[in-house]
Amino acid sequence: MAMTISEKIIARHAGLAEVEAGQLVICDLDLVMANDVTGPPSIKEFEKIGKPVFNANKIALIPDHFQPAKDIKSSELAKIMRDFAKKNKIKHYYEAGRVGIEHVILPEFGIVAPGMLIIGADSHTCTYGAVNAFSTGVGTTDLAVGLATGKAWFKVPESINVKLTGKKPKNISGKDVILTLIGKIGVDGALYKTLEFSGEGVKELTMTDRLTISNMAIEAGGKAGIFPFDEITQFYIGCRVNYPYTPTNADEGAKYCQTVEINLSELKPVVALPHLPENVKAVDELGEIKINQVVIGSCTNGRLEDLQIAAGILKGRKIHPDVRCIVIPGSQEIYKEAIRCKWIDIFIDAGCVVSCPTCGPCLGGYMGILAAGERCVSTTNRNFRGRMGHVDSEVYLAGPYVAACSAVLGKIGVI
Amino acid sequence: MKVEGKVWRYGDNIDTDVIIPARYLNTFDPAELAKHCMVDIDETFAANVKAGDIMVGGKNFGCGSSREHAPVAIKASGIPVVIAASFARIFYRNGINIGLPLLEIGDAVEKISANDILKIDTDTGTIENVTTGETFKAHPLPPFVQGIAQTGGLINFVKEKGTLSA
Repeated sequence: MAMTISEKIIARHAGLAEVEAGQLVICDLDLVMANDVTGPPSIKEFEKIGKPVFNANKIALIPDHFQPAKDIKSSELAKIMRDFAKKNKIKHYYEAGRVGIEHVILPEFGIVAPGMLIIGADSHTCTYGAVNAFSTGVGTTDLAVGLATGKAWFKVPESINVKLTGKKPKNISGKDVILTLIGKIGVDGALYKTLEFSGEGVKELTMTDRLTISNMAIEAGGKAGIFPFDEITQFYIGCRVNYPYTPTNADEGAKYCQTVEINLSELKPVVALPHLPENVKAVDELGEIKINQVVIGSCTNGRLEDLQIAAGILKGRKIHPDVRCIVIPGSQEIYKEAIRCKWIDIFIDAGCVVSCPTCGPCLGGYMGILAAGERCVSTTNRNFRGRMGHVDSEVYLAGPYVAACSAVLGKIGVI
Repeated sequence: MKVEGKVWRYGDNIDTDVIIPARYLNTFDPAELAKHCMVDIDETFAANVKAGDIMVGGKNFGCGSSREHAPVAIKASGIPVVIAASFARIFYRNGINIGLPLLEIGDAVEKISANDILKIDTDTGTIENVTTGETFKAHPLPPFVQGIAQTGGLINFVKEKGTLSA
């Protein structure tokens, strides 16, 4: 039987020759991941099961959401996870100064690889679809069971074939691709389903573009967002992954529940207006929308290429006097490379705040909380009511190009 | 389980950031989370919800973050069951896993209004709107998932079986 990428990876991990959409299966997991918000309650549930961890080398615990600790309670959460990691000799635990944003460092450190089956207690765990893994977000209880058994149950998802064609124009990045897709299919357009990307346009997308796109599959309700394995995957994985992995591509004739086509050459820089990621509009169709803050970073857009795009715009320019611009490299390695490339100089000379890696402002944690009535252009992934602060603040989602331009203009726009 | 209660009615795409905003995620104490449940869209909820009241939403209920704090906050508010046109995937799993029944009823949800009284049998998925006299049937859960729900959640299920197995 011809299978999709999702079906192939799930079948292999369920010990079956084939599976099809709708089937319920129990799978062996290659990696189980949590952060400082979801890890501690998972640990509490895990302890109720009364078993040891299934494999200390296949667990990643990443303190990135409220760390370095924003308050006493957050510090106590981090301590629960730190003590657990130490006691159980968890291989992938990284302390402040060595850690970064979970979905940035796991690919960067080569902890995720093609063909893997991964669960993470974070909805953006779908990011690793970019490196051809089947990877999905779960809650703390599923994670607790994963820690104890190395297993999870899955309903094999139907897949939507997202066929990419055309050439990617200048100033268009992965964020414009995924926001345009979510604008087309809606925030529940892929509910219970996987987005599988295909077509000539895939090779137009860098690994950074792909990581951004897979990251936001959840914003269409998706269970995963998976790219095929190609030369770009091979190149990215090549210098990072030093263990065997299984490139997995869809069979000819695999069944999809729907096909959506996106012609990259027709894409324009876009923004998702408050309060849903599906409220997508081209920047040139917007009237004058003044802003108070810009955030460039996060698991969606905190990678080197994102900072390069922002630095390209901000070089020799100044942040608008009415705007605070916060730049957050996604990992220490990215931070260091941005220093080496003099981009951090550019950001500081332009008048930006530069922070250590953290999820902070994206979820209204810390490091840039909005007051009532304030507007923020953010390269993050959600613009729900109150997401970045006061319930009467507004978040406009965009890629690094639009975000950096808007920071200079003081209103949403491009230069 | 059979329950009867008053409806708290919400719309489409109720996300986990409004069910429990991230500024309260520095704890996972259920009672503490319940104090702030729904605060960003309904300041009256936490103060006025009574044990046995029922929450009803539109499509894609529980979208967004994977935080299990969201169904935990709802459950700790005294809500025994949530009804929606459809649920976001992670929220749905989380509800089942913590033993909070979630009933998916599609467009029939339009026939339930705020303050209606519902009589529900969560085992059969039967919902009677006492206020209007109408009856609805929820989409059934697959048998394996029903098994998890009936043992009171995934942790109990795994403890009983010794591992995760069908």
